[in-house]
Amino acid sequence: MARALINVPPKAKRGEIIEIKALISHPMETGYRTGPDGALVPRDIINRFLCTYNGEEIFSADLFPAVAANPFFSFTTVATESGRLAFRWVDDKGQAHLETAEIIVE
Amino acid sequence: MSTGSGSLMVRRRDVLTAGGGLLALIVARPARATPESMAAAIKAFVGESEVQKGKVTLDIPPLVENGNSVPLTVRVDSPMTPQDYVRTIAIFNEENPQPNVVNFHLSPRAGRAVVSTRIRLGDSQNIVAIAQLSDGTFWSDTAELIVTLPACVES
Repeated sequence: MARALINVPPKAKRGEIIEIKALISHPMETGYRTGPDGALVPRDIINRFLCTYNGEEIFSADLFPAVAANPFFSFTTVATESGRLAFRWVDDKGQAHLETAEIIVE
Repeated sequence: MSTGSGSLMVRRRDVLTAGGGLLALIVARPARATPESMAAAIKAFVGESEVQKGKVTLDIPPLVENGNSVPLTVRVDSPMTPQDYVRTIAIFNEENPQPNVVNFHLSPRAGRAVVSTRIRLGDSQNIVAIAQLSDGTFWSDTAELIVTLPACVES
């Protein structure tokens, strides 16, 4: 679907609050713009973003057309254990883009 | 002399056509959210609960040059423990075609209730952030901002 950039610290101390950043390339077509032929360009946005930490949901967002193109989110979580963070973006067509990141907690 | 006034006429006509085009653009614009539709969207989110001022800090530049990408940060004053945490943060606007901007769902595992994103703004307007805490109360902050180049005007 798209290219995604995620930023998770590779290592963290147990109990530390870490900042996570996620960016995905997507036009976020609002459905309110007209194309060169004067007709409305059909809406095509990412409407859902979800982040899980070892399978448990830690953050999610419902997106509307007012989110800028190439949606960016930054949020925090407590580093509890080593494992995997999974990021999932779902668009209007139901297509999903998945990214993962490993973290070592010591 | 005559050439001079001729070119002046052309320019005038250009200006008139451009003005007409601008008018067509304004007419062709889709329906916009209004403070009333924002109030309706907020009511759909909070239900019958009362929204109190405070706890929430909405950080957004007061003067925006480009409405296509406006950085926004929301902070909520909360210990983020399993007993007391921020459940949802919702952002609303007055002038975009839709009153909703984005909803964030948090859990006690966030550690801190700080979230950032980038949004689009169709015009100068008020932005409202409302946080729902785990005890069911709602808290809000409002920011007024001016946009010099709004999003959605170019095709």
